[in-house]
Amino acid sequence: MRSSVIVFPGSNCDRDVKVALETITGHPVDMVWHQETELPATDLIVLPGGFSYGDYLRCGAMAAHSPVMRAIVVKARAGTPVLGICNGFQMLCETGLLPGVLMRNRSLNYICRDTWLRVERPTTLFTSTYAKGDVVSVPIAHHDGNYFTDIETLDQLEADDRVVFRYVDKQGQATDISNPNGSQRNIAGICDPTGRILGMMPHPERLIEPILGGTDGRPLFESITQNLAA
Amino acid sequence: MTTSDAEITPELVAEHGLKPDEYQRLLEIMGRTPSLTELGIFSVMWSEHCSYKSSRFWLKTLPTSGKQVIQGPGENAGIVDLGDGDCAVFKMESHNHPSYIEPYQGAATGVGGIMRDVFTMGARPIANLNALRFGDPSHPKTRHLLRGVVGGIGGYGNCVGVPTVGGETNFDAAYNNNILVNAMCIGLAKSDKVFYSAAKGVGLPVVYVGSKTGRDGIHGATMASAEFDDQSDEKRPTVQVGDPFTEKLLIEACLELMALDAIIAIQDMGAAGLTSSTAEMADRGGVGIKLNLDHVPQRETGMTAYEMLLSESQERMLMVLKPEARETAEAIFHKWNLNFAIIGQTTDTGRMIVTHKGQVKADIPVASLADQAPLYERPWTAQKPPKRILAEWVPAAPEGNLAALQTIMSHPQACSRRWIWEQYDHMVMGDTIGRPGGDAAVVRIHGTQKAIAACTDVTPRYVLADPEMGTRQAVAETWRNLSAVGADPLAITDNLNYGNPERPEIMGQFVGSIKGMADACTSLDYPIVAGNVSLYNETNGQGIPPTPAIGGVGLIPDSTRTATIALKHDGELLVAIGREEGHLGQSLYQQIICGNLEGAPPPVDLGDEKKAGDLVRAMIREGWVNTVHDISDGGLLTAIAEMALAGKIGVEIFSYEGKLPPHAIWFGEDQGRYIVACGPDRADAIIERAKLQGLPARIVGKSGGAALRLAGEADLELATLAKAHEGWMPTYMASI
Repeated sequence: MRSSVIVFPGSNCDRDVKVALETITGHPVDMVWHQETELPATDLIVLPGGFSYGDYLRCGAMAAHSPVMRAIVVKARAGTPVLGICNGFQMLCETGLLPGVLMRNRSLNYICRDTWLRVERPTTLFTSTYAKGDVVSVPIAHHDGNYFTDIETLDQLEADDRVVFRYVDKQGQATDISNPNGSQRNIAGICDPTGRILGMMPHPERLIEPILGGTDGRPLFESITQNLAA
Repeated sequence: MTTSDAEITPELVAEHGLKPDEYQRLLEIMGRTPSLTELGIFSVMWSEHCSYKSSRFWLKTLPTSGKQVIQGPGENAGIVDLGDGDCAVFKMESHNHPSYIEPYQGAATGVGGIMRDVFTMGARPIANLNALRFGDPSHPKTRHLLRGVVGGIGGYGNCVGVPTVGGETNFDAAYNNNILVNAMCIGLAKSDKVFYSAAKGVGLPVVYVGSKTGRDGIHGATMASAEFDDQSDEKRPTVQVGDPFTEKLLIEACLELMALDAIIAIQDMGAAGLTSSTAEMADRGGVGIKLNLDHVPQRETGMTAYEMLLSESQERMLMVLKPEARETAEAIFHKWNLNFAIIGQTTDTGRMIVTHKGQVKADIPVASLADQAPLYERPWTAQKPPKRILAEWVPAAPEGNLAALQTIMSHPQACSRRWIWEQYDHMVMGDTIGRPGGDAAVVRIHGTQKAIAACTDVTPRYVLADPEMGTRQAVAETWRNLSAVGADPLAITDNLNYGNPERPEIMGQFVGSIKGMADACTSLDYPIVAGNVSLYNETNGQGIPPTPAIGGVGLIPDSTRTATIALKHDGELLVAIGREEGHLGQSLYQQIICGNLEGAPPPVDLGDEKKAGDLVRAMIREGWVNTVHDISDGGLLTAIAEMALAGKIGVEIFSYEGKLPPHAIWFGEDQGRYIVACGPDRADAIIERAKLQGLPARIVGKSGGAALRLAGEADLELATLAKAHEGWMPTYMASI
């Protein structure tokens, strides 16, 4: 298996996700510059966290119009799996590959902390080594992670089982207090109808070793290995 | 030769912050009346901020060498050896004046500036820290300043993608009109790939890279060297605006170029922008530099030479390149969408010659801007050290000790800083193994087992009471915090914040601090490798308390052998190591519970300090303990409570049976102390090891339950204490 991590000017979690992919999948990772118009042969495209193009205009908006993104959209529509983390989720929404937008956190502050997530859908290629209802600790670090879309879309997402992660408390309850940024229905991550495009605000690549404070991010990369490296 | 674009009047000289005798010196150096541009250059280079003219004499007395030191003060940042060819590059710098005027941009550009000082030397920044002082929470500006400063630090560091892992914050009415924003950055480099600012060689291209030059920040250095008055808000246009996105690109482009053999010298454009970077590079290289301002990338039209030379536009660097590397270098900067312009060359004249539109605008001997800048040995008076307050003179806590503990821990001085550090990305780069909220932050050296530990500390109330002892304490506290996570403390950087040095009592505080710092650094083999001095922190004649913020850096050889403050298991014993004398003078207990502050600060015995730290570090390394906390602000009970809250495990605190009043034991701020938690079978051995070092140690409690329990007092539930401790700052910031 080969993965491609896309590097935009201002990306800053590109190295972190590369390390996670390399150490957990054991397979090589290509770093692809934003001005490329073609992608190398790849089994997985990762849009990393950071502040692409400074997040000026709107988070992810300029990245959605970068040269490499055209190639990504083509590949994604053709079935290549795409993982967007944080700024990458914002880009996926800006390209229209995923519905909705990420608004400013309701506290108006940037927030960096571990959050509890409930795994809502373990049947994607990113989540298959989690069990449904697992409560896992994964950190967030963003200013604009407040997921918003219209009610009809929300209902559709729920009906199609496309909510992959939800912010919950330690007991697994999706309460208002456990919602760090004001996201509608505590949504932390969603996928496309095929389950092959995942966008999530939390950073699984940050908790992959006990020494970093936890390993709950590991299963996501183990799922990728299991499903794409076979 | 020079066109005098304005008549140089005494008023104009005074507006440029030059004293009459300094102007006289300028005339002697130049042998003629300067042009306005030249006056501007001298004004910034001879400002306190750039020339250290009041402090240089004393700074020279500090210990700056040691086998771990690769680069001491005098470069963009200090460098210490981490072994295996790795080195840590670090420095702390103030952005006090701009942050008071425009807190978000002032703090943001402070972070940007200190990161440039670090990556200029070839290091990738891996950790940011800060030391912040605000006015009284009830002051109408405090909330706005706190929000802006924290927002600015986060906004810049988060975007650049360097974790902000530690810091400290105090509130005191004495900072109402002069907040302090001190930012520290640590970078990682290879010892044989360090870059310096000495422009050695003649006829080499001088290259400008980064953002374009605008009119922002003109005379920032001069502003930072003057007192404030009621009109200070009018100085807002001299505060620069930061662009962290460009900084990120600049880091990547510079590091990409640095991996090649292309750069002879490199220097960021910080205070006094193009002027100081040119003068410093030329001075350190022993050469002259010829600049043609026509080639400077400009953001605005019609800029004069004066404006371009004094602009403090951010995210700019100056380099001297090997001539053959030009094309490669240009390609790298263009790839990152950054400006790249050759704006001059090095010469053998020893002069800084600046032309603009075909005219010579400045022609100055380089040395006159650096070494020959004014140097003052300002008069100073030492203050009389205050008397020690005996514990018996300080009343017991009226509502009991646990109630006093709750009061202290929910007070602005001691409450949780979570509201602050959760706004900083402290995990990006994937190597943060000791997060904010502990004694020292711990960041792994990428791809290795080693880690760097870092912290910032100073207790201004101690320094105000006794500058020498208080500063010794500040150095010792950083050393202690690094030891508490198992690190070998290597070296410090400092940020010396004081009032007007022309007042002998303020200069006396500065001198006292230098002496105390020198003592501690020498005794602990903990030299100072970089620093910054910020003077004139005064408004309407009211100075700040002397605030020598110390940033300590240490090395953890094996990152699996470290410690945190959080209690980890029920049934462990808490052992306090170090001498207990119940020192309540200048304590948080005195300030918060008794409502006054008096007497001497707690004395620091550097010999005991070293023994205790060495013992604790050895026990961490040997795997004897992995739960350690130093005892500082708020004393023993506060330390126990912090360990309990961090681990969400209660403690049964054992009664004290000695001669001192119990409240002095619970809240005394005696120095050189630690608490370690261990299995019940190990406590005696730890006490024995301490005794061998001549250090008292005793069991102070046992972990378990969900409350703090002390005989004869109502239990203090952790949930209640957590709410009080965590609640103050969010509530304060949410109220209008």
